Amino acid sequence: MDSLLNILIWLPVLGGGLVIAIGNKRSDIAKWVAVAIAVAVFALSLTLWTGFDTSTSDMQFVLDLPWIEQFNIRYHIGIDGISMPLIILTTFSTILVIVAGWEVIQNRPADYMAAFLMMEGVIIGVFSSMDAILFYVFWEASLIPMLLIIGIWGGQNRVYAAVKFFLYTFLGSVFLLVSLIYMYTIQGDGASFSLAVLNDLPLTLTEQSWIFWAFFLAFAVKVPMFPVHTWLPDAHVQAPTGGSVILAAIMLKMGGYGFFRFSLPITPDASSEFATVVIVLSLIAIVYIGFVALVQKDMKKLIAYSSISHMGFVTLGVFSLFSIVEMGTDGNIIGSLEGVYLGLEGAMIQMISHGFISAAMFLVVGVLYDRLHSRDISTYGGVINSMPKFTGFAVLFAMANAGLPGTSGFVGEFMVILSALQANFWYAFLAATTLIIGAAYTLWMVKRVFWGPVTNSAVSTLSDINNREFFILAILAVAVIVMGVYPQPVVEVMHASVVNLLEQALTTKLPVTL
Amino acid sequence: MIDYQFNIADLCFALPEVFMLSAAVVILLLDLYTSERFQNLTYYLTQITLFVTGYLAFTLIGESQVIFDGTFVLDTMGSTFKIFTMGFAMVALVYTRHYLKVHNLFKGEYFVLALLSILGMMVMISAHSLLTIYLGLEIMSLSLYTLIAIARDRATAVEAALKYFVLGAIASGLLLYGMSMIYGITGALDIAQIATFATSATLVSEQVLILNFGLVFLVIGIAFKLGAVPFHMWVPDVYQGAPTSVTMFLSTVPKIAAAAMLVRLMIDGLGAMQAYWSDLFMVLAILSIALGSLVALMQSNIKRLLAYSTISHIGFILLGFATGVIEGYGAAAFYVLAYILMSLAAFGSIIALNKQGFEAEQVSDFRGLSKHSPWFALIMLVVMLSMAGVPPFIGFFSKLFILQQVVSAGYVYLAIIAVVFAVISAYYYLQIIKTMYFDDADKEIVVSAPLDMKVVLSINGILILVIGLMPSYWMVLAISLF
Repeated sequence: MDSLLNILIWLPVLGGGLVIAIGNKRSDIAKWVAVAIAVAVFALSLTLWTGFDTSTSDMQFVLDLPWIEQFNIRYHIGIDGISMPLIILTTFSTILVIVAGWEVIQNRPADYMAAFLMMEGVIIGVFSSMDAILFYVFWEASLIPMLLIIGIWGGQNRVYAAVKFFLYTFLGSVFLLVSLIYMYTIQGDGASFSLAVLNDLPLTLTEQSWIFWAFFLAFAVKVPMFPVHTWLPDAHVQAPTGGSVILAAIMLKMGGYGFFRFSLPITPDASSEFATVVIVLSLIAIVYIGFVALVQKDMKKLIAYSSISHMGFVTLGVFSLFSIVEMGTDGNIIGSLEGVYLGLEGAMIQMISHGFISAAMFLVVGVLYDRLHSRDISTYGGVINSMPKFTGFAVLFAMANAGLPGTSGFVGEFMVILSALQANFWYAFLAATTLIIGAAYTLWMVKRVFWGPVTNSAVSTLSDINNREFFILAILAVAVIVMGVYPQPVVEVMHASVVNLLEQALTTKLPVTL
Repeated sequence: MIDYQFNIADLCFALPEVFMLSAAVVILLLDLYTSERFQNLTYYLTQITLFVTGYLAFTLIGESQVIFDGTFVLDTMGSTFKIFTMGFAMVALVYTRHYLKVHNLFKGEYFVLALLSILGMMVMISAHSLLTIYLGLEIMSLSLYTLIAIARDRATAVEAALKYFVLGAIASGLLLYGMSMIYGITGALDIAQIATFATSATLVSEQVLILNFGLVFLVIGIAFKLGAVPFHMWVPDVYQGAPTSVTMFLSTVPKIAAAAMLVRLMIDGLGAMQAYWSDLFMVLAILSIALGSLVALMQSNIKRLLAYSTISHIGFILLGFATGVIEGYGAAAFYVLAYILMSLAAFGSIIALNKQGFEAEQVSDFRGLSKHSPWFALIMLVVMLSMAGVPPFIGFFSKLFILQQVVSAGYVYLAIIAVVFAVISAYYYLQIIKTMYFDDADKEIVVSAPLDMKVVLSINGILILVIGLMPSYWMVLAISLF
C-alpha cells in the first residue's frame, strides 16, 4: 500500500511516454491506451479514498526515500484529508479531458493525450509531496505540459497566451524556491526540506513576512488572485477545451492547496498579520471580477473571470479564520470553532465543486465551439431549438455556477459566507453579492446563447450532443448534484486534517513574550 | 625553499599528456600520407586517442604528487577534470564530424588542432606554477584561434579568429602582468609557495597591496577566458562567426580547463585572499547573469543567443566559486558539468539540422522541427527547459545547488537577483520552444545526421533528464574534488 501513491504519480507519466511512443499515426490505439491508463489511475485513486483513515490528521500512504542526500532532500510523499480529495479530482478530470478530446483533436492526438496523462502524474505529485523541494519540482514541472497544450493545440493567439502563462507562474514560484532555500540554510546541522520540519521551524515576524509574501506571490498567481490574475483569461481563451478544463479544475487548486499546505502552517504569524490584505484582495476578486465577467463577449473569457471570482471564496474562507478565532494564552482556542471549520472546509468544498463546475462549463463551451468554431456569445441564440439535451445540461451547470441551492456551487459558497459572517458582517455582505452578480452573468449568458430566437442560421443546423459528450456531461452533472445534496463524506474526510491545520495556523512561532 | 628534483620516472605521472602529445604528432604525420579515401582514419584515431588518454587519467586517480620541480601537479581533481575533458571532447567530435562533412571542411588538421588544444587544457588542469598555467593557456588558445580560422573562405570565421586572437592576446598580457606582480612580491612561481607567502602573518600592507593588484589582473585574465561580463565582448562575435562545430567546442570543453585555472590560481594559490576575490567574482557573476539574460532577448541568430546564454551560465558558475566554501566550489563544478552537457546538446541539435549547402544559424531554422522530427525537437525542448532552470532537468538542480550555497553564505539578495534574471532568460528559451512547437512549418526540415551522431545526441539529451532526476552521485563527486 505504501507505494500506491508512487504508482499514481508514475503510471500516468510513463503511460504518457507509452502513448507518445505509439504515436500519432496509430492514434486509434493511442487513444484507447490513454483512456485505459486514465481509468486505471482513477480506479487506483479511489482506493486512496476507501483505504483512508478519517480519524487522524497524520499523513497516510507515506513513502519516504532518500533522494539528494547531501542536502537531505527526500522523495517523501503522503496524503492527508486536504490533498486526497484533490488527487481524486485530478484523476477524475483527466478521464474527462481525454474523452472530451476524442474526435475533436485532429492535430497530433497521441501527443495531446500523453500531455494530459503526464500532467496528471505531475499534479498528483504536487498534491502528495511532503518534501518542499520535491513539491517545487512537481510544481514547476506541471508548467511544461500545460505550456505545450496551450501552445500547440490552442487558438489564434496561443503563443502569447502560452508564454504569458509560463512566465507569470515561473516568476511567481522562483521566490518560493528562494524562501525554501532560506529556511533550509537557517536550520544548521541536520537541516531538512521536510514540510514537517518547516512547519515547526521558529521564524521571527520579519522572516515570516518575507517568506509569506514569497509564498503569496507563488500561490496567488496560481489561484489566481486579483491583481495577478491577468494571465488566466488569456490562457483560458486560447487553450483547447481540455487545457481549459485542467487549468480551471486542477491547476488553480494548486494555488489554494499551497495556502493550506505552506502559508498557514509555515508562516502562521505573518498569515495572521496580513490576513486582512488577502481578504480585501479576495473580496475585490469576488465582486469586481464578477462585474468584469458580466461584460464579456467571449464565453470562455466569461467563465475564466467567473473562475477568478469563485476562487476568491477559497482565499476568503482560509484567511477569515484569523478574524474569528485566536489562540488563548492557555493553549485553548478562543472563538467560534464552528465558524472556522465552516470557512476552511467551505474553501476546500469550493475548490472541489469549482473543479466540477468550471470543468463542466468549459466543456459546454467546447461542445459549441467544436460545432461552430466561435466562442462569441453573439454568434449563438436559441440553441435550445436544435440541441435540447445539451441545453438541459448547460442550464444545470449554469445554475450551479450561479450557486443554486442543491448544486455543489451553493455548498462551498454558503459555508464560506456563513464563516465570513462571524468574522465581519461586511465581508459576508460583499461575498454574498456574488450570488446576485454570479447569477447575473451566468444566466444572462444562458439567455443569450440558449434561449431566444435563432439569430444565426448556422445555429439551426446544430446537431445535439452525441453519446460521448452526453456521457461526460452526465457524469459531471451527477457529481455536481451529489456534492450539492450530500457533501458530508468529503467534509468527513478532511475534518481531522483541517483541525490539525487550524492548530498549526494559530500556534505562534514567535518567542513568547510575557 | 622546497628542493625539487626532476626525476625521469616522474614522467609516468604525466603519461596522459605524454601520450596525447605523441598521438597528436603521429596523427598529423599519418594524415599527411593518407589519401582522401581513408579520411575517416584521422577521425577514428583521434577518438581512440581521447579514449586512451581518458583511461590513462583514470588509472592515475588517487595519485597525488607534485612533480617536475613543482611545476606540475597530479591530484584527483586534475585527473577527474581530464577524464571529463576527454569524454566531452569525444562527444563534441562526434557532432563535429557531421558538420565538417556537410560543409567540406573535413581535414585532418582539424582533429590534430583539437587534440593540441586539449593538450593545452590538460596542462592547465595540472599546472602547479604560474609558468605552466600560462604555457597551457597559450597551447590551448593558439590551437583554438587556428581552429576558428579553418573555414578560411568564410569572412566571418576569419574575422572571429582575428578578434579572438587580438583580444586573447590582450587578456594573456593582463594575466602575465598579474603573474609578474605576484612573482615580484612572492619571489615564487610555484603555487604552493605563493600560498605559503600569502598566508604568512608577517605581510606588511604594501605587500598586501601588490598582491591585490596582481590578484585583480589574474581575475581579469580568468574572466576573459570564461567570458564573464565585462570581459565578454569577444564571446558573441566569436560564437557567431566561428564554424558551428568550433563554436560548440569552444563553448564546452575549455570551460573545464578555465575552471581548473581558477581553482589553481585563486583557491590553491591565493586562498588567503578569498575575501578579496570573492567580491570581485560576485560583481562579475551578477553582471554576467544580468547582461547574458537581457541581451539574449534580442537575438535571432541562435549561435549568438547561445553565446549570451553561456555568459549568464558563467555568471552562475562564478557565483558558486564566490561563496568561498568547499560546497560552493562543488556546486560550481556540478554547474560546469551541467552546462557542458546542455551546451553540447544544444549545439549538437543545431549541427544536426545542417546539411549539404545549408548552414543552420537562425532560431527560425528550427521552425516546425517538432512536426518532422519529434524526437530531436523533444531533445531540444529538454535542453531549453533545462537551461531555463525548469525542473526536473539538470539545469534546475545545478542552479538549486548554487543558490543554496549563495543563500547559506548570507547573500539572499544575490539569490533573488539571480532567480529574477533566470525568469527573464526563460523568455528566450521559450522562444526557441515556440519556434519548434507552436509555429507552423513552412518547409520540410529533416535531420540528416548520421546514426552515430543521432545515438550520441539522444544519450546526451537523456542524460540531462536522468542526471536531473538523480543528481546525488554527481554532486558528491563534485564536492569531493576540492
